[in-house]
Amino acid sequence: MLERLAQEKLKWKCRRGLLELDIVLERMLRTKLDGLDEKTLAELEVLLELPDNDLWDIVKGKSDDYAPSLNEMVAMLRGL
Amino acid sequence: MNLSVRKFDAVVVGAGGSGMRAALELARAKLKVAVLSKVFPTRSHTVAAQGGIAASLGNSSEDNWHWHMYDTVKGSDYLGDQDAIEYMCRRAVEVVVELEHMGMPFDRLDNGKIYQRPFGGHTQDYGSPKMAMRACAAADRTGHAMLHTLYQQNVKANTQFFVEWMALDLIRDPSGRVIGVVALEMETGEVHVLQSKAVLLATGGSGRIFYSSTNAFINTGDGLGMAIRAGIPLQDMEFFQFHPTGVYGAGVLITEGVRGEGGYLLNKNGERFMERYAPNAKDLASRDVVSRAMTLEIQEGRGCGPNGDHVLLKLDHLGADVIDKRLPGIREIAIKFANADPIKDPIPVVPTVHYQMGGVPANYMGQVVVPGANGPEEIVPGLYAVGECSCVSVHGANRLGTNSLLDLVVFGKAAGEQIVRDVRALPESHPDLPKDAADRPLARLAHLDSASSGERVVDVSTDLRRAMQLHCGVFRFPQMLKDGVTKMQEIAARAERVFIQDKSKVFNTARIEALELDNMVQSALATVVSAEARTESRGAQARDDFKDRDDANWLKHTLYFPDGRLEYKPVHMKPLTVDAFEPKVRTY
Ligand SMILES: Cc1cc2nc3c(=O)[nH]c(=O)nc-3n(C[C@H](O)[C@H](O)[C@H](O)COP(=O)(O)OP(=O)(O)OC[C@H]3O[C@@H](n4cnc5c(N)ncnc54)[C@H](O)[C@@H]3O)c2cc1C
Repeated sequence: MLERLAQEKLKWKCRRGLLELDIVLERMLRTKLDGLDEKTLAELEVLLELPDNDLWDIVKGKSDDYAPSLNEMVAMLRGL
Repeated sequence: MNLSVRKFDAVVVGAGGSGMRAALELARAKLKVAVLSKVFPTRSHTVAAQGGIAASLGNSSEDNWHWHMYDTVKGSDYLGDQDAIEYMCRRAVEVVVELEHMGMPFDRLDNGKIYQRPFGGHTQDYGSPKMAMRACAAADRTGHAMLHTLYQQNVKANTQFFVEWMALDLIRDPSGRVIGVVALEMETGEVHVLQSKAVLLATGGSGRIFYSSTNAFINTGDGLGMAIRAGIPLQDMEFFQFHPTGVYGAGVLITEGVRGEGGYLLNKNGERFMERYAPNAKDLASRDVVSRAMTLEIQEGRGCGPNGDHVLLKLDHLGADVIDKRLPGIREIAIKFANADPIKDPIPVVPTVHYQMGGVPANYMGQVVVPGANGPEEIVPGLYAVGECSCVSVHGANRLGTNSLLDLVVFGKAAGEQIVRDVRALPESHPDLPKDAADRPLARLAHLDSASSGERVVDVSTDLRRAMQLHCGVFRFPQMLKDGVTKMQEIAARAERVFIQDKSKVFNTARIEALELDNMVQSALATVVSAEARTESRGAQARDDFKDRDDANWLKHTLYFPDGRLEYKPVHMKPLTVDAFEPKVRTY
């Protein structure tokens, strides 16, 4: 499990400009936060650095424009 | 307590389209400017705007600024200030062309000029049935493109960004001049004073005060709370625009395009009820007409679901092909947020809050104006406001689509120009800070840090949002409004007493949410009190007991003061150079 500070920083990175992402990421925090470790956090952070519309296109399955190493993380977000 | 103090010529609170356009003007004039933002600038809510930005370029149809002005005045239900509206419509062409030159990737015509498309309420020839093609767009990412363009330009101009800094309060000197802000740096949990010759509020709207909202979670009305706590009234807060089709429970917007392609609304009896309310336009009637009809169906017991609290948007008859090809993204949204695949099932929808017309009272140079000894609009020295948190007022009682992005850049630029003039006229050195400059926010933080019991922030904010939705929604009933005022006062008292478990200083999101709640409380109180008092229907305010617009008594702006008192001030009916558009019955 991540330490408190990392969790809190992640929570704030999940505050977005698009409501769609706010909701999906809130679901992620509610159901998956405790299961995240350093490795999965790093993957998630790569995605959270993307512009909102690019990330939303990936989450809703319209775009596959991400590194193969993020396959699992993207699948998790798409499933939420 | 010893706080760090930094000094600037100008502090801009907010890095959406309006704040960044203003900051650019300031940085290019070589002012020392700080831009504060709760989130990374390009994650501001402006990124959500898809439809476009209005300007009478006349590239795709005949058009001119005077027609645009007419549409805006009429759209505002005559509550918009006609001087500010003339100013905006005249400067629209210049600011859009500037964005183009900065590199904003607008859609283009074959001849290379910016492509423009029609949008509801924009007409040719003063309301003729011919639509004006006035909306300039960058595919379905207009806000995104604008925000990224402005951010890059600001980086180039050396604007200093303070990202993940939350402004808490304004600092005023004894004469009332605004001389800085107090802000919380999330990363460290430290409180700082940013002293400044000019402070510009550009914090966006407070759409999150309603349960069903298309707005992102960051839109908590912080600038409005800051203004109220500094003794500054809020203008026309009763006017919130509702979008008819937000996904029930989530708020996510389903575009008008769905009904444009032939989707329609059903009540629990499977009746296509819009045929009763608008026999001609049916489901394509204007936003307020459809929203009101939906609300009536729900109120009268014909809503769907176990609680009878929504209606259904049916589109399966369009077929999978049309849905996938012509309505991209809708299927994903419906599946993800409504658990309904529109190819087989209707989407549950409710009227959903979309845009705040009211805000911090400002003139068209962005200067904040309040009543004083010399009239209803005395300038508050040092304080400016632009964007959705301001009330200039160009949108009056109802905003026209694509006029908000325009408002951001026109008034962002105008405020920037005004600040440059004002700052240059001030002495080089900063005045002394009052001793109590940061007392209020520090006391609030101290309370949050020490309280050992109380209510959870999320419980109070959920109750606030539910109360606003129920008591102050699309359709407003006298007793509901009265009860709503009482209820909001109770919720305000509860918000004072919230308790947070996490007492850490560093990156404490619970603390931030508690501070946001304080701001939502102020916005919500202003909204429900102003709505209860305005006994007419105009634009976005529809009352059951006063169904008509009442120009004899209510052609005036509301001002809600920190002590809950209301005052009114005249609408600017006189444009800058042309004749006024006199109020007429608004029909479409
Ligand atoms: C789904 C949707 C679609 C839309 N489409 C269109 C459209 O097509 N055309 C159109 O004209 N309009 C549209 N609008 C409206 C328009 O997008 C908004 O009105 C506009 O973007 C608001 O911009 P802003 O600069 O005022 O604020 P925002 O973009 O909301 O930015 C606010 C900024 O303030 C910062 N902030 C807030 N509080 C604090 C604080 N306490 N401390 C520090 N920083 C703070 C935030 O971090 C952010 O940077 C749409 C709105 C929605 C919801």
